Amino acid sequence: MAASVDHGGWFAALFLGVSLLKCLFISSYHSTDFEVHRNWLAITHSLPVSRWYHENTSEWTLDYPPLFAWFEFGLSHVARHFDGDMLRVENLNYASEATVLFQRLSVVFTDLMFVFAVRECCRCVQVQKGSQDVLNQPAFVLAALLLWNFGLLIVDHIHFQYNGFLFGFLLLSVAKHMQSRHLQGALLFAVLLNLKHIYLYVAPAYGVYLLRSYCFTQDNKDGSVRWSSFSPLRLIALGSIVISVCALSFGPFIAMGQLPQVLSRLFPFKRGLCHAYWAPNVWALYNLLDKTLVTLGVRLKLLQEADLPRASMTGGLVQEFQHSVLPSVSPSVTLVCTLLSILPAVASIWFRPRGARGFLRCLLICALASFMFGWHVHEKAVLIAILPLSVLAVESREDAGIFLMLSATGHYSLFPLLHTPAELPIKVVLMLIFTIFSFIALRKLHSGRGSLLRPLEVVYLSGLVAVAIACEVVFPLSPWRQTLPFLPLLATSVYCALGVCYSFLRLYGSLLTSHKRKQL
Amino acid sequence: MQTWSLVSICVLLGVVVRWGVSLSSYSGAGKHPMFGDYEAQRHWQEVTYNLPVQEWYFNTTDNDLNYWGLDYPPLTAYHSLICAHIAKLINPEWVELHKSRGYESPEHKLFMRATVLVADLLIYIPAVVLYCFCLTDGSSKKKVCNLLCFLLYPGLILIDYGHFQYNAVSLGFALWGVLALGLGWDVLGSVAFCLALNYKQMELYHALPFFFYLLGKCIKQGLMGRGLFQLVKIAATVLVTFALCWLPFLSDPSQALQVVRRIFPVARGLFEDKVANTWCSLNILIKIRSILSRDSQFYLSFACTLLSVLPSCLRLLTKPTFWQFKLALVNSSLAFFLFSFQVHEKSILLASLPVCLLLNDLPLIAIWVLQASTFSMLPLFLKDGLLVPYVVTSLAFLYFGPYLLSALEHSSEEELRLGAYHKLLFFLPKMDLASLVRRKFYVCIAVMACLSVVSAALVPPPHLPDLFPVLVSAFAFMHFFGSFVYFNIVQFSAPPSRKSQKKSN
Repeated sequence: MAASVDHGGWFAALFLGVSLLKCLFISSYHSTDFEVHRNWLAITHSLPVSRWYHENTSEWTLDYPPLFAWFEFGLSHVARHFDGDMLRVENLNYASEATVLFQRLSVVFTDLMFVFAVRECCRCVQVQKGSQDVLNQPAFVLAALLLWNFGLLIVDHIHFQYNGFLFGFLLLSVAKHMQSRHLQGALLFAVLLNLKHIYLYVAPAYGVYLLRSYCFTQDNKDGSVRWSSFSPLRLIALGSIVISVCALSFGPFIAMGQLPQVLSRLFPFKRGLCHAYWAPNVWALYNLLDKTLVTLGVRLKLLQEADLPRASMTGGLVQEFQHSVLPSVSPSVTLVCTLLSILPAVASIWFRPRGARGFLRCLLICALASFMFGWHVHEKAVLIAILPLSVLAVESREDAGIFLMLSATGHYSLFPLLHTPAELPIKVVLMLIFTIFSFIALRKLHSGRGSLLRPLEVVYLSGLVAVAIACEVVFPLSPWRQTLPFLPLLATSVYCALGVCYSFLRLYGSLLTSHKRKQL
Repeated sequence: MQTWSLVSICVLLGVVVRWGVSLSSYSGAGKHPMFGDYEAQRHWQEVTYNLPVQEWYFNTTDNDLNYWGLDYPPLTAYHSLICAHIAKLINPEWVELHKSRGYESPEHKLFMRATVLVADLLIYIPAVVLYCFCLTDGSSKKKVCNLLCFLLYPGLILIDYGHFQYNAVSLGFALWGVLALGLGWDVLGSVAFCLALNYKQMELYHALPFFFYLLGKCIKQGLMGRGLFQLVKIAATVLVTFALCWLPFLSDPSQALQVVRRIFPVARGLFEDKVANTWCSLNILIKIRSILSRDSQFYLSFACTLLSVLPSCLRLLTKPTFWQFKLALVNSSLAFFLFSFQVHEKSILLASLPVCLLLNDLPLIAIWVLQASTFSMLPLFLKDGLLVPYVVTSLAFLYFGPYLLSALEHSSEEELRLGAYHKLLFFLPKMDLASLVRRKFYVCIAVMACLSVVSAALVPPPHLPDLFPVLVSAFAFMHFFGSFVYFNIVQFSAPPSRKSQKKSN
């Protein structure tokens, strides 16, 4: 900011600032995910590999792929020096001071992977010429948007998870693709998939992009694929990387004949369509429609109340839920919906490849589509779209507008994650910091030609503020607190679902318009 | 980027850091039977809510003064009363007479922490923002950097949000006073300062500079004409403000006397615990408390304080400029801290506030002194279980202070105002004092870091149980004494020239 700030060092300042802030949250509330990860530390440390995916003393069984288990195994060797008792499997819900300190610090330190990836991403965006002010540099804005991302801060450092570390792999892999180091990018993504399989959602984008833009070395003049330029060597290189990583990860379990057991842990379809708190996606709107129809039906005497299945959808239990009027949704339906919704995007990068940025856009659409239509989606999954979208947002005006919409709604939908009153000021203030910064910085970056948001979007976002005040301030003081406890969650997820759906459509729109621009 | 958005981001950062610190433990948590300052504040709410005003400061069957009796001026009591009314609305158990003693629960902690934040947001933070924007020079970005450093000063955050006190209120009022005086609104300034004084008697550390600055200004205007009128106006304002604050106690002289007796507990001895002032440090060499009687201790400390304050105050009287005023505030509060009677380690916050005012003018020295002041309270933080917030906020301050204020670049001899040292040390060979200062800064920070690690990690040898606190306070004392000398020299050397001011822009 002053003279010295302009001469670099801002990245270290952003990174150190946020890391120190994370350390302040050590004694804050943590969710059951804290116990989940403690349990995994204990399992991987004290049991032989063959027991890892069979152990079920705790209800929080190991349900991440094997590389993540090895990651926990590595951490457990450091954990030993903090408090050995946390590594005993039967020590359920153990949270001594040293345990909390170790687990919190482990998240802060493994975030270094994320920091490194952000640094690489910042190298890939162009420099704004003529601007002396570091605050107007796309690289600075991108670093701030990623490192200080509100969602990541509260999900990882208060709620407790290792997303920063995982997103490090994703962003680094994206950065490697932007730098045309495709094999490194593929390796990183293969590792990521074996750390957390939720990233399978974006695998179609990777698969098609690598096949089309890496295995085929040349295009025809009109941009369509030239079949003769296929390079089998490149395909073999790619394939061997992916297969060897998967072999390293799953190999031992296949050798022990445990593959079905591992897979049954990784893909638990026994859970319901929606999480206890509905993620703001299409199914939230579908559920609401169902509820409305039921209420209307009962009012108009078209339905008998006694015939209806009794279930409270946001009652806080992870369970299967029967829709009353509309047809129930099965996992295969969600799968088909997801595949159909990503098809146009994937097809577009096959027929009209537009380099790494086109790939990134396709990746975003895959992430958001699976968020919109997926089975048992967590609200946290919206970060898979928000974080990579930051990269596009600093480069194009159109994407900046989408980013503002999606980040505001997506981040607000994370509010119910922190339900304890002590953390209320933190989530509100951090959200304000991030939102003010993103609005001001992106507007300045894309200055000229009016506002980044359309009038309707401004109205919607003002409505978000109203919903926030109603849910966080008015509702806890109102009499409905006792009679309708799920109302704020319902309002939040339905209102945010509108914004996320809209952003999804606008993102698709941007894919088509950039298509047209290319043709012109 | 617009300035207002940067300012709001800075303020929000300040708030989130404060709230982050407030998640940790407080003084005396779970320590039956006396607890700590947290319980003291809660007890005051209980007393002020349940007892009539006349009994607040008296020992009665319902008010045991030995158990955290009220010993702050009336404004603190009124503040407690307001908080008590809100507490009563939320949960009557929190302020129930007698039964609520030692009440602790997560909800109550949340409530108490929230009262601190509200007071801070209403009084201290706006004053800091206005000070940085109205009374410091430089580009708007420089002002924002200055603001962020000011807001992130760890000592105040750790004491208010960790240990638990309401220093932001009294310091905030004092800052409003400084702000008003800097803008030329002398009457409003004296009202604000009277409020500060009536919130916490320790604000007397700042009283002399306020008095001499206003007096000096009046003399300058001519004591026979407008100056006299101005003086009378200010005197009347002070009297009226005091009268309003003390209204319930004025009906009976015994009431007022009892309040004064409670506020100035002369019977408590020269110093308590380990505090980084002269007497405690001298105690390592000479056991003053066993040599002198309590009365002579009192007179000795009184005389020393007066002597050490006098030079800077007289200089201010003859040259009543805002620059001199700020320096006199530092010198006076440091003199009081170093030499006066019954000093607490937390009183260093009173010296830190005026040092914060100098962050823009003398960045390196200010950061150094502020860090030393935080460090001097380390034993207290360790006792309260605030090690992690202490480490985090100190590291943040030490990194962002020099970085944002470019303190290490702006440290030429002229900018550090070391010219006078050359004249004083004429007998020594000429050397580069600025680089010497910079090196000393690094060494001192390293020593503070080592002492912090040692105090936190090692068990002291059994025959010297107080070894680490004594080392900490002695090392901090050296800093405070050194900076006292330094700021006095700066005050007596020439004011900052136009040229250097322009350069710093």
